[in-house]
Amino acid sequence: MTEIGLGHYLTLAAIIFTIGIVGIFLNRKNVIIILMSIELILLSVNINLVSFSIYLQNIVGQVFTLFILTVAAAEAAVGLAIIVIYYKNKGSIDVEQISSLKG
Amino acid sequence: MLFHSIFFYFFSFVAVTSAVLVVLSRNTVYSVLFLILVFISISILFIMIGAEFLGMIILIVYVGAVAVLFLFVVMMIKVTEQKVKENIKKSFINNTSVASVIGTIIFLELLIVISGWKYKDTFNPLLSLKLNKNISNTHELGNIIYTDYIHLFQISGLILLIAMIGAITLTFSKRENVKRQNYFDQIQRDKNSAVTLVEVENDKGVKLDD
Repeated sequence: MTEIGLGHYLTLAAIIFTIGIVGIFLNRKNVIIILMSIELILLSVNINLVSFSIYLQNIVGQVFTLFILTVAAAEAAVGLAIIVIYYKNKGSIDVEQISSLKG
Repeated sequence: MLFHSIFFYFFSFVAVTSAVLVVLSRNTVYSVLFLILVFISISILFIMIGAEFLGMIILIVYVGAVAVLFLFVVMMIKVTEQKVKENIKKSFINNTSVASVIGTIIFLELLIVISGWKYKDTFNPLLSLKLNKNISNTHELGNIIYTDYIHLFQISGLILLIAMIGAITLTFSKRENVKRQNYFDQIQRDKNSAVTLVEVENDKGVKLDD
């Protein structure tokens, strides 16, 4: 219990991943919270990669964490731009009202 | 090792609690602030486990850039606060039940994967947390990023460039009533179109309108 091993970090990552997934489903009012949940999911993947990289003594996991970080930043920027332009057009970012693609 | 476990439990508790609050809090600004708290505690965990460079990068990129971007967007958009729903649907399938079922399933699957993990005989999962005592973590990462992974590194830079172009193009809007420069028109002006010579008679003004 007092020795922190690989399993502890993997469990922490699993908990944060689950919170992110639940956040996507639970939220019905606000697209920004969904983007934040996606950030949480990507962060938990990063925790997995870093802990495996440390415990397997292999630096490549941290390199890929860096790339995931890059993609997450790009995704946040484009997603927020889409939200801003959507708000400019429709005047609301309520999730339940976003149904233009439904036809 | 005791300090390691105390720090791990403390910061992971902070991270999990604030992740829950990111999802559940009614005010979006509070959600962004709790997201910043999650990032900070995870970066402290990374620094503690021995990945100092990534911990600092997470502080810089997530807390310094992404979270501030979220805050700006939240400030620009009038977000309706989540109120207690007046018209609660009585049906058994609403989003809370779906979220709890799917969350439980995914969490149990992940736990099965983690607990069923078979380690190699030579692998010690409680190893001391230092890859190489001689050179720092940043040095080690730099050794491999700029040699073996140079193409991926440059492609990730390209992704950032494309994301920047995409974000600017999406949010760019032409406004009316703003005087802009038109280079071709300005360069093509010559003496004939820009200047007119007027003979001014004595004691009479000049009509400038025509």
